[in-house]
Amino acid sequence: MASIRELHQQLVSKERSAVEIAQEALNHIEKTEPSVKSFLAVTADHAIAQAKQVDDKIAAGEEIGPLAGIPIGIKDNMCTKGVKTTCASKMLENFVPPYESTVTQKLIDAGAVMVGKTNLDEFAMGSSTENSAYHTTNNPWDLACVPGGSSGGSAASVAAQECVVSIGSDTGGSIRQPASFCGVVGMKPTYGLVSRYGLVAFASSLDQIGPFSRSVEDSALLLEAIAGYDPKDSTSLKVDVPSYAKSLRPDFRPKGKLKVGVIKETFGTGADKAVEEAVEKAVELLQELGAEIQVISCPRFQYGLPTYYIIAPSEASANLARYDGVKYGFRAEEGENLLDMYCKTRAAGFGPEVKRRIAVGTYALSAGYYDAYYLKAQKARTLIKKDFEAAFAKVDVLISPTAPTTAFRAGEKADDPIAMYLSDLMTIPVNLAGLPALSIPCGFDEGGMPIGMQIIGNVLREDQVLEVAHVYEQAAEWYKRVPQILA
Amino acid sequence: MTTAAPAKTEYEVIIGLETHCQLGTETKIFSDSATEFGADPNTHIDPVCLGLPGTLPVLNQTVLEYAVKAGLALNCAIAPYSKFDRKQYFYPDLPKNYQISQYDLPIAEHGHIEIELVDKKGNATRKKIGVTRLHMEEDAGKLVHAGTDMSGSAYSLVDYNRAGVPLAEIVSEPDLRSGAEAAEYAREIRRIVRYLGICDGNMQEGSLRCDVNISVRPVGQKEFGTKVEIKNMNSFNAIQRAIDYEIERQIDALETGNDTIVQETRLWDEGGQRTISMRSKEGSSDYRYFPEPDLTPIEVSADQREAWAAELPELPAAKRSRYQTDLGLSAYDANVLVDDRTTAEYFEAVVTAGADAKLAANWVQGDIAGYLKNEKKTLNDIALTAENLAELIGLITDGTISGKIAKEILPDLLEQGGSPKTLVEERGLVQISDASELEAIIQKAIDDNPNQLEQFRAGKTKLRGFFVGQVMKATQGKADPKLTNQILGKLLQG
Repeated sequence: MASIRELHQQLVSKERSAVEIAQEALNHIEKTEPSVKSFLAVTADHAIAQAKQVDDKIAAGEEIGPLAGIPIGIKDNMCTKGVKTTCASKMLENFVPPYESTVTQKLIDAGAVMVGKTNLDEFAMGSSTENSAYHTTNNPWDLACVPGGSSGGSAASVAAQECVVSIGSDTGGSIRQPASFCGVVGMKPTYGLVSRYGLVAFASSLDQIGPFSRSVEDSALLLEAIAGYDPKDSTSLKVDVPSYAKSLRPDFRPKGKLKVGVIKETFGTGADKAVEEAVEKAVELLQELGAEIQVISCPRFQYGLPTYYIIAPSEASANLARYDGVKYGFRAEEGENLLDMYCKTRAAGFGPEVKRRIAVGTYALSAGYYDAYYLKAQKARTLIKKDFEAAFAKVDVLISPTAPTTAFRAGEKADDPIAMYLSDLMTIPVNLAGLPALSIPCGFDEGGMPIGMQIIGNVLREDQVLEVAHVYEQAAEWYKRVPQILA
Repeated sequence: MTTAAPAKTEYEVIIGLETHCQLGTETKIFSDSATEFGADPNTHIDPVCLGLPGTLPVLNQTVLEYAVKAGLALNCAIAPYSKFDRKQYFYPDLPKNYQISQYDLPIAEHGHIEIELVDKKGNATRKKIGVTRLHMEEDAGKLVHAGTDMSGSAYSLVDYNRAGVPLAEIVSEPDLRSGAEAAEYAREIRRIVRYLGICDGNMQEGSLRCDVNISVRPVGQKEFGTKVEIKNMNSFNAIQRAIDYEIERQIDALETGNDTIVQETRLWDEGGQRTISMRSKEGSSDYRYFPEPDLTPIEVSADQREAWAAELPELPAAKRSRYQTDLGLSAYDANVLVDDRTTAEYFEAVVTAGADAKLAANWVQGDIAGYLKNEKKTLNDIALTAENLAELIGLITDGTISGKIAKEILPDLLEQGGSPKTLVEERGLVQISDASELEAIIQKAIDDNPNQLEQFRAGKTKLRGFFVGQVMKATQGKADPKLTNQILGKLLQG
């Protein structure tokens, strides 16, 4: 499937209609879905209707934006008015939102064509999409492997070219880690750049919506469309959104202007050899391309994971309290009284990982434990942030592997939550600090599975992150490889 | 307290109040639905106040303004930096199963108010009551049970119209020592929020709700006694009676051991005039408070605070004090007038227009108040301006008309307005104060009633009233009463 820019050109030149493009995507989905299973729901009628509107506009001679007519997948934890939004949970099996999330509204306004709602770990809790209450999603590069998570469906759908771009959410790595596993570009913007209104909350202070694409330019275009201040989200930032795509350059000039830091603590700490080597090679290439390389220490980086696993579950325990069978969603029918109804509803409606995190969060916030856990974690969070601040006083962007490994086999870590949690070791500190970061393919392991490199930027410096990623992408040319199933 | 008279000297009562005021904003604290009371169930709702998945709260800035103004009026320090927290508990009337409230950094703290208690003899006692804090939070919805309560019902229904209505919770220090003090404190809080125009203070509709914390201890004992919470009072009288009942119950429990005092919530049973146990607070709920991540911290700059402070009206305590010191009113009069801001402001306008303060007070809280009560009207409904009332009072003071005439024409003035002077002239109601003119009229009244005169002179002095009546009848009430009395006395003696 072509890029946004190519498709836009085809539409504007009337070489193809938006309906034709949508139909092509839907046909392809029909072919690939049985093996990849990216989607919880394919919204074919919806897509054709939206595409028709774009065609009408073109026919009327109206100008269309770059996203008009572009097939897109939406992670199923973003509310879409009139379209079921399940969060891959039994709890919301039949939940049809009566309102539209800000991000999907912006996409509708931009003329993007939603082809379906993508699979995820239940309530975005997980790193493999195996925690979906409905089905697992398979990695397009090796169907026996997981696509990563929690936005596994969004990543796989782009890798399998079921849509041009997709939207995910990232709380501790849920965009970047699956992007890495599926060999695509995935970006988590600065906390507050994209409105969270309508994103079903997992951990409010960490959640952020971002794009998946096969090229950096497409992510830049998609980010431009969804970013910006939203009065419905008190945590959204009052900033102007720059034109990320327009400012992308083919190379770094003048030489030495761009300073790249390699995070010392993300090497030699248990990551796969192939992963470390691939990222080191990528750094060498950046240097050849004119970047100045430094090794940077973030001494508290390693405390990110334990800090995250206090803060995120704490917030989640409150955010998920509303699913009680009273107002909407699933209700266990056999409750004898109110408490019994609550207990049976939540026991049957939530999966094990969600329950584990609710239990951890409830415990961490309990009287007598609050200071030792939640408060301490908040202090650690501040220190981790300070490490990044110190680093960005020296360099423009930071580099690390996105994940310690490539995609693992389905079922391999399903019974070992700690092993699963370690998958987000490199990405979590970025959420704690609220920074923008992107994962870009930087090679393949001996099994042919993609490896991702994480590029972290300073607050609101998405432009620099995208610039480095774009220059690297154009020089390294990893995007030329496609999964076997597409060959 | 009516009984346990000896115990009065032995026990000390410690009372604190938690008052919830619904802030009178048009829309809810975190969303756009209307706050209006009494609508059909679940018609003033939206995705945010229902806590639908993915929704986020946005603070209504008017709520912040009202809370800061209330904090300033309660003499609190306004926090330059405060925040919201989540208070977690499961209940069907709470859509998110947590309430967005303020925990350790409330918007206002360390305040006080002055209450004034006037006894039956008119003696006033003033007392300063500490205000621990004021914080903002969202109200919950309302449960409607098929039976009497949830456990006794096959089902319960929830109305979320009230969910998200803004509240200011005001917590007092444990400075109150009797039911009367507590009720007066609550009244003063209501006066203040009404003066500010931020809460209608309607206890029946629940826009002002008070919870009482109460304990007793032997005088001299350092530790507080076991604290009991009382809820469900929907009038100030009920607050007073509930406390007085509970004081007796607790002292009796301490002395006789017939009852026990446990940390619990009790309900005021209006029908039975008693408090009844609702639930134990032992091992009470852990609300697992933590900072609300969906809202950014609240910052109130010194400039903003001062701008809001400048908008505050003169508050009830200051008015009461001024009325007594500057205008020479009794504590009783000052309290009655100040109770309602419109009344106080009307009264002040009458005084400003030149009327004597005491007379103005009498008219406002006497005949006018009586009229308004009978007609079920308010001061906003009457046509009599403050200037006109001052004019009317002036007509009495300078002897143009009698008080009686003034009372007679008052209803017309209240309904139609206009100048009392013009009305008096039009209707020829000017008082007859000319001594010779009056003497002739009185002489005629005596001459026309020889029998009564004879009886009077034989000692039936009560008949003096009869002659006054005759004079008033002859003059259509216009005879100067003082002068009439003087002349009549002289002429009756012969």
